Amino acid sequence: MPMLEVQGVNTYYGNIHALKDVSIEVEKGEVVTIIGANGAGKSTMLKTTSGLLKPRTGSIRLEGEDLTRLRPHEIVMKGVVQVPEGRRIFGRLTVRENLEMGAFTSLDSRKNHENIERVFTLFPRLKERSKQVGGTLSGGEQQMLAMGRALMSDPRVLLLDEPSMGLAPILVDGIFDTIRRLHAAGTTILLVEQNARMALQVANRGYVLQSGTIMMSDSADKLADNEMVRKAYLGEG
Amino acid sequence: MNPALTQRFPGIRLGLIGGVSLVLLSLIGMVETFNQREIISDLISMGQTLLLLTAVFIAYLAAKRGREHGRAQVFGASITAGLIMAGMLTLLVLLGQAINMRQVFINASPVLFQILIFQQEELWAGIGLLLLAGALIGFSAALLCLLPHWLRRVITTGLCSVAGVGLLQDLIAPILSDWSLLADFTDLLFPGNGLSISGAVGLFIVVAALSALWSFRGQALQTRIKALPPQSRRGLNFAALLAGALVMLVLPQVLGLFLSEVMTIVGLYILLGLGLNIVVGFAGLLDLGYVAFFAIGSYTVAILTSPELGFFDWNFWQALPLAVLFGVLAGVILGVPVLKMRGDYLAIATLGFGEIIRIMVLSDFLRPWLGGAQGIGKIPKAAIGGFEFATPQEIYYLILAGCALVGFISWRLRDSRLGRAWMAVREDEDVAQAMGIELVATKLLAFATGAGFSALSGAIFATKLGSVYPHSFNVMISINILCVIIVGGMGSMPGVAVGAIALVGLPELLREFAEYRLLVYGAALMAMMLLRPEGLWPEATRQRELHEEEDAVRASKLAEGSAGPRS
Ligand SMILES: Nc1ncnc2c1ncn2[C@@H]1O[C@H](COP(=O)(O)OP(=O)(O)O)[C@@H](O)[C@H]1O
Ligand SMILES: [Mg+2]
Repeated sequence: MPMLEVQGVNTYYGNIHALKDVSIEVEKGEVVTIIGANGAGKSTMLKTTSGLLKPRTGSIRLEGEDLTRLRPHEIVMKGVVQVPEGRRIFGRLTVRENLEMGAFTSLDSRKNHENIERVFTLFPRLKERSKQVGGTLSGGEQQMLAMGRALMSDPRVLLLDEPSMGLAPILVDGIFDTIRRLHAAGTTILLVEQNARMALQVANRGYVLQSGTIMMSDSADKLADNEMVRKAYLGEG
Repeated sequence: MNPALTQRFPGIRLGLIGGVSLVLLSLIGMVETFNQREIISDLISMGQTLLLLTAVFIAYLAAKRGREHGRAQVFGASITAGLIMAGMLTLLVLLGQAINMRQVFINASPVLFQILIFQQEELWAGIGLLLLAGALIGFSAALLCLLPHWLRRVITTGLCSVAGVGLLQDLIAPILSDWSLLADFTDLLFPGNGLSISGAVGLFIVVAALSALWSFRGQALQTRIKALPPQSRRGLNFAALLAGALVMLVLPQVLGLFLSEVMTIVGLYILLGLGLNIVVGFAGLLDLGYVAFFAIGSYTVAILTSPELGFFDWNFWQALPLAVLFGVLAGVILGVPVLKMRGDYLAIATLGFGEIIRIMVLSDFLRPWLGGAQGIGKIPKAAIGGFEFATPQEIYYLILAGCALVGFISWRLRDSRLGRAWMAVREDEDVAQAMGIELVATKLLAFATGAGFSALSGAIFATKLGSVYPHSFNVMISINILCVIIVGGMGSMPGVAVGAIALVGLPELLREFAEYRLLVYGAALMAMMLLRPEGLWPEATRQRELHEEEDAVRASKLAEGSAGPRS
């Protein structure tokens, strides 16, 4: 049984049909990426998965359990946690307070403490800055904080919305390196990216989303070799 | 004006700004109105103090700007500013002599001009004095600017306390003379209208000495307290709390009827402010219809207790829980339709809600139940056993109890899980949701809690006044409460008390201010935004945000030390 299974989902913004019969699967411990151009519906896909948007038809299941009718906070409690697009950290709270906010659903304070330490080992830079307010961090540090904050609740599936957006190339490398490390530690990740080259390098499998429709799905290596993908998303040919 | 010139000579620009302010203060009649009250007998009146303080403040700013260009510029800038300000007042006086301005500015009276030229018979002598005063103000401001920090603080504290005591003489003198021991002393301090000169000097010396002592010893004392073992420090905190509570308990007995009345008004605003602070300060939901819940609390008590309508014959304590309950329900009812709204839209929608409630209680249709424009009278006083909360001094205790309760609940809520959820919603609603916070419940609980507190103060307000009228519940109340929390510091509970004392208490104490209340509010708000945007007693988070730039500078310095790329 797949860890996360999205089946036949149709999501609308009023009359705009943003997701058309989209189905994807993520197995336990896998990194799966959805690549697509700006406006393809990638964020809509993640928001539908995390319950921020409700699909008109279709279903979302976590290890077989139906999440479709659950409210966003209930879905977080089930273990599906989203890192929103654009590094939305709490700018006025300190790094530590941001992380603590990430553990909102967990009442076990000892585990929260362990999780903070775990995030600090993953991102030593955040530890140095634990008393600094989020708004004064650099872009790369803010992305680390946003990811660390999501990890605080021990997610079963981590949804990442364009973590590399707007970052300098060297920082992009750092972010994808973190994703690799999380993957190695067994975290299940659904990664949405415009940066197809990097995304296909870290992922096991990939989907190509175009105008709200899944055009293709394959292993990441095969997609990276695919003629059409190379032309449209890797800027070759 | 040439920007390079104003850069080079900050005194000119600030002098012009200050001059306009002084002319404005004169023309709107503040100077003349405030002139009846002497701060120091036969020397300086409150109207002159107002001008003087403004001028000194502006000249001081000029001096500070000048400091970048060396010592001579400090004097140059501030004396220039002083002279320009005096010059503009001179122009006003001369203009007043030449033409009759009273058609437009009714306050441009001969009395005003006499005040401005120090009551001199000779016009030119007066103008000379005025210009001399301007130069002197500039000179002293420059000196003040060059003094070491601690000495400057000692002097300003001393001067401010003289001004403050002079300002509040009507209140202080009777209290002091109540104590027979102090009666002679009082006569010495306040011989007639205003402080005596020797009294003012004495007061200045005492306060300045205390302030100096604090500058040198305070630090040591604080570190000593910090070094105490936690247990004895907790004991110290407890003792301080106990002492504070005791003072609050005996205060109305010491301060007498009038001041107790003022304190009940301030107390009601603190109660209201603590409630709105939850909605706006904690949860970040801008609610401009807050007065509606105040009205609902008041009217619930009125309807349930007043024999005038004749439906019910409850006593205050029976009606109170229902009043709070109705407030909470109304909070939820308002909350549901506006759940999806943010910022400006929320403000407008809640504003509408406040008006709906006011118009409803005013309506003729509902008059048999709500009393219409005549309101509802004969609301009985609250009583415990035989003791009735009737006089301001007694009602004070009712309000104090309310404040203590609401303050305690707010404090516990702030540090609770719910408080953290409010904070997350305030900072970023979408992310809060992504963190697993339930938006609906979190927002509704904020509205409901705030509304409950508001209804509680409304209930006390109804029994305090003995009657309720629709016009007591207009939108200005909501605005005033919002001003109180902005000036005090958004989200800060001590800030609510400070804001209420500053914006509600002081204008009550100084009758002269009543006419200019809104002007003073506006000026206070603007001054706050410019000088202390985080409020008088800020909450920690907000203070951080507004000093972010300094933090950022510090952070980048840190980063320079540690290698590594940054985007
Ligand atoms: N709140 C919204 N209201 C209406 N249309 C929207 C909204 N958000 C996104 N869309 C539309 O839905 C489509 C997919 O958007 P999105 O999921 O944000 O794309 P991506 O994340 O892939 O760039 C786009 O055409 C966009 O214009
Ligand atoms: Mg997107």
